[in-house]
Amino acid sequence: MYLARIVITLRKSILDPQGKAVHHALESLTMKNICDVRIGKFIELKIDAPDEREAGRLTEQACKQLLGNPVMEDYSFTIEKA
Amino acid sequence: MSGQKLKFGVVVFPGSNCDHDAYHVLKHVLHQDVRFLWHKEPSVQDVDVVVLPGGFSYGDYLRCGAIARFSPIMTDVIAFANRGGAVLGICNGFQILCEAGLLPGALLRNACLTFVCKYVNLRVETTDAIFTSECKRGDVLQIPVAHGEGNYVVDNESLHRLEEKHRILFRYCEPDGSVTPGANPNGSLANIAGLMNERGNVMGMMPHPERAADPVLGHTDGQVIFHSLIDCLVQREIVHN
Repeated sequence: MYLARIVITLRKSILDPQGKAVHHALESLTMKNICDVRIGKFIELKIDAPDEREAGRLTEQACKQLLGNPVMEDYSFTIEKA
Repeated sequence: MSGQKLKFGVVVFPGSNCDHDAYHVLKHVLHQDVRFLWHKEPSVQDVDVVVLPGGFSYGDYLRCGAIARFSPIMTDVIAFANRGGAVLGICNGFQILCEAGLLPGALLRNACLTFVCKYVNLRVETTDAIFTSECKRGDVLQIPVAHGEGNYVVDNESLHRLEEKHRILFRYCEPDGSVTPGANPNGSLANIAGLMNERGNVMGMMPHPERAADPVLGHTDGQVIFHSLIDCLVQREIVHN
């Protein structure tokens, strides 16, 4: 059993008004050293695969087909034994 | 408008909620043949037009339209579109078409971060389309929007292609037709409210023309979109037969 930890983020060229709103909120909490905020998604997959390589391949496929939209998102992931 | 009827299929996904409005307008206001197509059905049957209605398919989980795009019926909707069948995606339907790759780009969270529910003005950008053939370029239509994720984005190259090939159908504008940031309810790139694919048979728009088509509700600017579609396709059938 493997665990894939996936992070989906907005591509750099995409404006993130949600991140901006959170940034303002942090500033109002007097955390003025925070220069920028961008918000993404975290997804965990539990995968029944024979080895880490296959688990990685399946995760990549899931990311490409569904979990991330390449028009606006990037994805990255790590695989570990569950 | 000729008396001939087209066959419309309104797809219903779990969470669609504008399917009945679309059905009502098409059947009772425009007197067309309409049926619902449940998302699990394998085929769109013999419909002339597929409508992907508004709503919150699959609860907007993951991304709006991301899961609906893989519903069983979408295989045939995509095949239907690829052989030239007319597809109209409204709001969530537009989101599904983008996720399915039938239209370029994507719809993000509104720039203002709030759900926007109000009448907007749309300027008709091109009438060389089956969806706007009965309009005049520059016509301003009053049609309501109701969405939290209507912020259209696309890469620069695709935007250039859209502009060059006149595939942008509607832009958010002021009542006098001028396209301004103030008239843009959601931050969409170039104030784009609706566009079509290269072949001109697939259209997506964030505003709801079906909510501005029944005279009983006091606004009927949305009717012209359906009239254009019906007249173009009926004419096409007459030419072929």
